[in-house]
Amino acid sequence: MKINKELFFCFLCLLSVQSQIIASVDDSVVLASKMPKKLSDFGFFSNMQLQVPQEGVLPYDLINPLFTDYADKLRFVYIPEGKSAKYHEDLVFDFPDGSALIKTFAYLNDAADSELEKQLLETRLLIKKGGAWRNISYVWNKEQSEAFLNIAGKTINTSFVAESGDIKKVRYRVPNINQCKECHQSGNEIKPIGPKARNLNQNYKYENISMNQLDRWSDEGWIDSEINYKTMPDWSNASIDLDSRARAYLDINCGHCHIPGGSADTTGLYLNFTEERREHIGIYKKPVAAGRASNNFKFSIKPGAPEESIMPFRMQSRDPGIMMPESGRFLNHDEGVALINKWIKSM
Amino acid sequence: MKYLKQVSLCFFLLNSSLLSADIIEISPSADPYSEIQEALILASIGDTIKLSDGYYELEDSLSIDVDGISLIGSSINGTILSFINQQSGAQGLLVTSNDVTLKKFTIQNAKGDAIKAKGVDNIKFINVKTEWTGGPSSLNGAYGLYPVESTNVLIDGCVAIGASDAGIYVGQSKNIIVKNSTAEFNVAGIEIENSYYADVYNNTATNNTGGILVFDLPSLPQQGGHHVRVFDNNVVNNNTDNFAPEGNIVGEVPRGTGVLVQANSDVEIFNNNIGGNETINIAVVTYSYETDDEQYNPHPSRIQIHNNKFGISGHNPDLETGELAKILYELSEGDMPDIFWDGVVPISKILSSKVKKETIILGNNGDATFLSISPIKYMLPFLNPVIRDYDWFVGDISPLERVVLSEN
Repeated sequence: MKINKELFFCFLCLLSVQSQIIASVDDSVVLASKMPKKLSDFGFFSNMQLQVPQEGVLPYDLINPLFTDYADKLRFVYIPEGKSAKYHEDLVFDFPDGSALIKTFAYLNDAADSELEKQLLETRLLIKKGGAWRNISYVWNKEQSEAFLNIAGKTINTSFVAESGDIKKVRYRVPNINQCKECHQSGNEIKPIGPKARNLNQNYKYENISMNQLDRWSDEGWIDSEINYKTMPDWSNASIDLDSRARAYLDINCGHCHIPGGSADTTGLYLNFTEERREHIGIYKKPVAAGRASNNFKFSIKPGAPEESIMPFRMQSRDPGIMMPESGRFLNHDEGVALINKWIKSM
Repeated sequence: MKYLKQVSLCFFLLNSSLLSADIIEISPSADPYSEIQEALILASIGDTIKLSDGYYELEDSLSIDVDGISLIGSSINGTILSFINQQSGAQGLLVTSNDVTLKKFTIQNAKGDAIKAKGVDNIKFINVKTEWTGGPSSLNGAYGLYPVESTNVLIDGCVAIGASDAGIYVGQSKNIIVKNSTAEFNVAGIEIENSYYADVYNNTATNNTGGILVFDLPSLPQQGGHHVRVFDNNVVNNNTDNFAPEGNIVGEVPRGTGVLVQANSDVEIFNNNIGGNETINIAVVTYSYETDDEQYNPHPSRIQIHNNKFGISGHNPDLETGELAKILYELSEGDMPDIFWDGVVPISKILSSKVKKETIILGNNGDATFLSISPIKYMLPFLNPVIRDYDWFVGDISPLERVVLSEN
């Protein structure tokens, strides 16, 4: 899957070289107080449909991505020329005004024998202006030629080809502006979730070179090259110890809400990577406001007994009154559930 | 001149706020979700979104994140937002902005909580109803009206029916008034949890498992719940079998509980009509589970109970749910009191005679009966630990100050 994606990008990059389009990101649109109606107005892409980034816009990947109904995510970052981002050990980079994080959600359906076409669903933007992040989503049209500003969210009933080759149906939800905030809220601010240094510290296949993303960012003059950056354990890497993998998975999928100051801090369940208190991680923690989502289990995590633990129960429910995460998920993430079950079993 | 300038500035501000305060009217349509949600997002401070009479079926959770707006229906039973076919979202309506007023509508059959307000200041619920229409069921959502981590909370003239945890639940909040409201057929009718400065009055809590609960729980961002006044309420016939899913703290509340205070300090319960509750009219208890939280104080203190009118209670105690009723029934040998304190005190204070006065203070409650347990005698064999001497706990009442909401 990953290889396919990289091939796809090489293909995109070749195309961009061939088409020789010279243009740039429109900083005045990025910084304007009102968001434009069309995604193309920003100028982030030299080819919208093929998602070819404009010069100055870099694609990137995360060691641990957030699960969103098996959607493929094409990520790009833009930092205005001459500006740079500040490093924080446990937080995302502090990006300068005029920066944009661009994420297109798609079902690429790119297996060789795929019965379905590629489908771009939405492109979510986080734009830094006036010292604060603004969030917005653009929904792709049927023709896949343009994405349009979306306020109230949208339901896209569609299908995609799963890794197994089966076709899966999904009620994909484009979040509304408020729902974006539910996950991206930190105290009174909106913050990106993924691009922490330690979650970027891996190689990426740019054009024809594979190189470390942070090295590339420092080559661009975006970040400090002198820092010895940490690396996040890859939850999908079976050679890493189980505890680190599970905590890394929970960090990216749950830790943005389940963190002091996050949307779910009322529960006292904190799943960010740096939380060390056993009860707050969920071990023998009684539910606070779970209601029927407790499924009559007494603890978030009952060591040795995933089948009696609330956490995996909520991860594999599709009932909106029970499921976790609360939004951005229609399907179960089977691999993630298996990991958490294994982790709790091993305790 | 300076004065004039200020006056004209005031006029200017007044005018501009009047000019910009829009009223957006919405009626039931083919896609009510998009229409309402878009209006809620595009609204600006001072605006009102009006929902006309009718039935709105919504598949996704609504949310308000704009300061200073109002969502107003036609009447509490006239505008119904139904979530019977909800596909996404953990509640019916979520509020995350300040100075929001919700008024005159019903939220029906939400898959999770009905209305949650998180981390907001100055939220008003006026004549709002939250209801699960299928009767008590553990499949109903947990909370009806659910402000949490909020300040200046007003719940007035509301109705909460059928919540599998608490109908009206105020958690980890500060400056709270719950009045003129009705909670019925919930597990807990009205619950004030881990909160500071709450006035709960002129409410009716009936047909719940427990009428009014004042709790403090460990390992939460805000704890040490205190200063709660429960007065002029009608807390009667709360005899619905406990239908909370197991694991939840209210799952331990026995059917037939009037008022239950757990681990709070400075609670004043007065002028209430409490009766017909089959297990106990008022119980004051310690949080009895293990916790790693060293900051947490599991013991209640300074609980004042006076001038209440008690009807019968304890005539059909729920011996199936939790430990409370069982212990009480055993100790009282079936002669159940109106007021119970479990007598559990910190070990360091076990020999102190001041403890009782620091925990529970009784005023005049007519011919109410009382039961407590002496912890020392409880630990020694052959001694009867039961204390039934009401007068032993009578003391001077120091009324708590009334709660005043600060509005901007």
